[in-house]
Amino acid sequence: MSENKENSVCSAQDVTQMLKRIAFEIADRNSASEKLVLIGVLTRGVSLARRLQKIISTASGRELPLGILDITLYRDDLSIATHHPVVRKTEIPFSLDGVTVILIDDVLYTGRTVRAAMDSLIDFGRPQSIQLAVLVDRGCHELPIAADFVGVRVPASPQDRVMVRVAESDGFDKVTVMPRNSIPQDSTSGEE
Amino acid sequence: MSNNNSSLLLKNARLIDAGQNLDEKADILLVAGKVAEIGASINSTAATVLDLDGAWVMPGAIDMHVHLREPGFEHKETILTGARAAVAGGFTSIACMANTKPVNDSAAVTRFILEQARLAPAKVLPIAAISKGMQGEELVEMGDLVAAGAVAFSEDGKTVADSKLLRHALEYASLFNKPLLCHCQDNALFANGVIHEGVISAAHGLEGIPTLAEDLDIARTIMLAEYLDVPVHICHVSSKEGVRLIKSAKERGVKVTAEVTPHHLFLDERAVVDLAYGETLDESLKPEQLCYNTATKMSPPLRSAADVSALRQALADGTLDAIATDHAPHEATEKAVEYDLAPFGVVGLETAVALSLRLVQEKVLTPLELSARLSLTPAAILGLDDRGTLAVGKAADLMIIDPELQWIVDPGKFYSKARNTPFTGWQMSGRVIKTIVDGEIVFTL
Amino acid sequence: MGFKRKDLLGTRDLSALEIRSLLESAESFKEIAERPLKKVPALRGKTVINLFFEPSTRTRTSFEIAAKRLSADAVNMSASTSSVVKGESLLDTVDNIQAMAPDIIVIRHKFVGAAHLIAGRVGARVVNAGDGANEHPTQALLDLLTISEHKKLEPGLTVAIIGDIAHSRVARSNIWALLTLGITVRVCAPPTMLPRGLDKIPGVVVCARPEAALAGVDVVMMLRIQLERQDRMLFPSIRDYARIFGLNRQRLELAAPDAIVMHPGPMNRGVEITSEVADSDRAVILNQVSNGVALRMAVLFLLGGQGHE
Repeated sequence: MSENKENSVCSAQDVTQMLKRIAFEIADRNSASEKLVLIGVLTRGVSLARRLQKIISTASGRELPLGILDITLYRDDLSIATHHPVVRKTEIPFSLDGVTVILIDDVLYTGRTVRAAMDSLIDFGRPQSIQLAVLVDRGCHELPIAADFVGVRVPASPQDRVMVRVAESDGFDKVTVMPRNSIPQDSTSGEE
Repeated sequence: MSNNNSSLLLKNARLIDAGQNLDEKADILLVAGKVAEIGASINSTAATVLDLDGAWVMPGAIDMHVHLREPGFEHKETILTGARAAVAGGFTSIACMANTKPVNDSAAVTRFILEQARLAPAKVLPIAAISKGMQGEELVEMGDLVAAGAVAFSEDGKTVADSKLLRHALEYASLFNKPLLCHCQDNALFANGVIHEGVISAAHGLEGIPTLAEDLDIARTIMLAEYLDVPVHICHVSSKEGVRLIKSAKERGVKVTAEVTPHHLFLDERAVVDLAYGETLDESLKPEQLCYNTATKMSPPLRSAADVSALRQALADGTLDAIATDHAPHEATEKAVEYDLAPFGVVGLETAVALSLRLVQEKVLTPLELSARLSLTPAAILGLDDRGTLAVGKAADLMIIDPELQWIVDPGKFYSKARNTPFTGWQMSGRVIKTIVDGEIVFTL
Repeated sequence: MGFKRKDLLGTRDLSALEIRSLLESAESFKEIAERPLKKVPALRGKTVINLFFEPSTRTRTSFEIAAKRLSADAVNMSASTSSVVKGESLLDTVDNIQAMAPDIIVIRHKFVGAAHLIAGRVGARVVNAGDGANEHPTQALLDLLTISEHKKLEPGLTVAIIGDIAHSRVARSNIWALLTLGITVRVCAPPTMLPRGLDKIPGVVVCARPEAALAGVDVVMMLRIQLERQDRMLFPSIRDYARIFGLNRQRLELAAPDAIVMHPGPMNRGVEITSEVADSDRAVILNQVSNGVALRMAVLFLLGGQGHE
């Protein structure tokens, strides 16, 4: 990995701080809603959702149900996907009817993952509302989608790649920006 | 072939002729369609001279087992196209089987075949059916057929299931000194089989044809010939046990002869699921479908590796007398179907001699033995006194071989109408470069 | 890596990795059947043609449901409605189908190699849903998926396959897949239904009697006996077959105490399997059916979701 080309945006400490803030905002905004659930988008969205669940639980004693969403089957770019699609298990062990869903992902970029995730959630039931929480909003949205909770905004061009690494899958927390052409082929981390 | 007075002098040949037990450097003079002289150095001012520069000269190959499809199936092959394929492969005489439409069971059909063959570059020898319409019920008029030109009798493609009918056929044919060429197969055991019953049929669920289906009928046929003390010829032997039966019969003095095809000598059951097995195929010709390619479907089927080695051994020791192609042309669309539905049979005229040369390269046969299996013995079995050897006075039917010529089997270049060969893309070493029939060059590469 | 072939023609040449990757994907698809809305848009706009030259209700339905749950347009063509009855060749039939630009063709045919023949011909992905007695890969994979719910698919496991092995594509596809995973396979059939040469295939243990095949096994797969074969002298009577080869309570006791019983269906109750066994808690026959849909969804998705190279 060409570390020298990676431009670190957030340290592990920053990530922890951002998650704490997001957790606080989620709890604050939804203090009135009884049915609040967290749903993480595989893979890193799930790690972040688990952390938010823990922070909220510690801070307020509120135990929020957590679901896992794989959006592969809802993607709109399957036929142009260059890599091989891997379908993982969606686990939403509760009804979505009438609940407020906090959808959690690591990066908001084109908005297509969020679109797919919303389509999927709506097939599961009729949530009262869906709110979006992301660690990084890097701009360049291609769909009219905006996040309700954002850890950090990183204005990046399409030539850049914004990578979120989380301890659960990558061994450490970090947000970096690097030019797309310097990304090694076997890199699997980050970005939708 | 026309009798002519032209003469051809082949100089600096390596003459390989089992009939004279000759394998030496020689000049050969052909005059008026016959071999006129053989010598270390012949000079003739009248003759056209061909300097062969060490190329092999062998008696023209004689294929005692081909299907020319005419009359009735001219979309597969005609007598003319089949004969062109023959001379392109080194065959100067070909005996054609009776399963045409109508069946060659009458003098009229035999005469038709000979009439069509007048323009053919090879000598075509009609084989008549044993029973009328090949129905296995009534004998054909053998005397009439022999008078019309039939050289042998065969129900090839089928067996004569009725042992009494087969007995009478053997007895009656012996009156004319004409052999019966028996396709040995027990129909009930053959059933709906499509490939050899063995490890491949077991693994792939294709219906198997047990060697037993062949062996049982070879045993019956030999016992009939032994009992009646008449000659009989077994077509396309494919099994180890068949070989053993023939060998032991010969040792007892039974007048049995037998043939084997090149495909049974070079391919085994594995080819059904991997046409390229063991062979490096030319990339540009490599068939798209290597598994279940219908070019591997024939009867009898490609057997086990053990059977193949037994056949090679038997060909070397003379238990198997002749190499015959069982040239069985089919139209491409007829073979482009499910394996079960494809007709049995592969073409062989344009690859047989080259494959036979490979038997020499692989030290299975000596060049002299090859000459015997391809020419001398087939001529003897069919009672053709005027050919099969290049002794002075015999017909000037011969093939000239470049034993080192490298070439690749490309069915697109076949003279045959059909392309159904399992040898597509094979790299060959050695090829017939000229074929001469009755002293005339009928094929030049 | 995972499953990246153009076609799924058989299990014979699948690697252990490919098999495990297919099973893993299928595992993810099981959950869709439990959703209120059992449909995902993954193959929206793709066309799946079920080309069935042999009557089959359950396999065809299973593929149809799988395709529809993936939002593909599934079209069924059966031999009786196609032009096959008019004497058209298989390749002509598929050329015509190809001209309609399907993405996936699922084919069931009575002859070995039919799927291979068309796979070489068409650009569409081909799934073999049974070719003669050769292969039925999705059945074997769903069987493995079902086994994996109860047992670990790894060396040490022993599976007995009992019935008409000679004419069974289910048996063959299972044998190849199980052997590839290093699982011990015992086969048992009347000698008339045991293909000659099978014992020469490395890894296959041939047992003459069901008692020997069943002793201590973890999984019992009973095959459907085709009653019409009786006419072909393969067994003297159904009664005789049931008596010697049928799976009943007493015979099942020879197997491991936690052995599971499978059957690809449709069952002949009282012939190859007694109702007592088929309806017992040891039988996982209906799980096989449910898993069939998930497995076929995975296969269709992995083939149909791929980009065209």
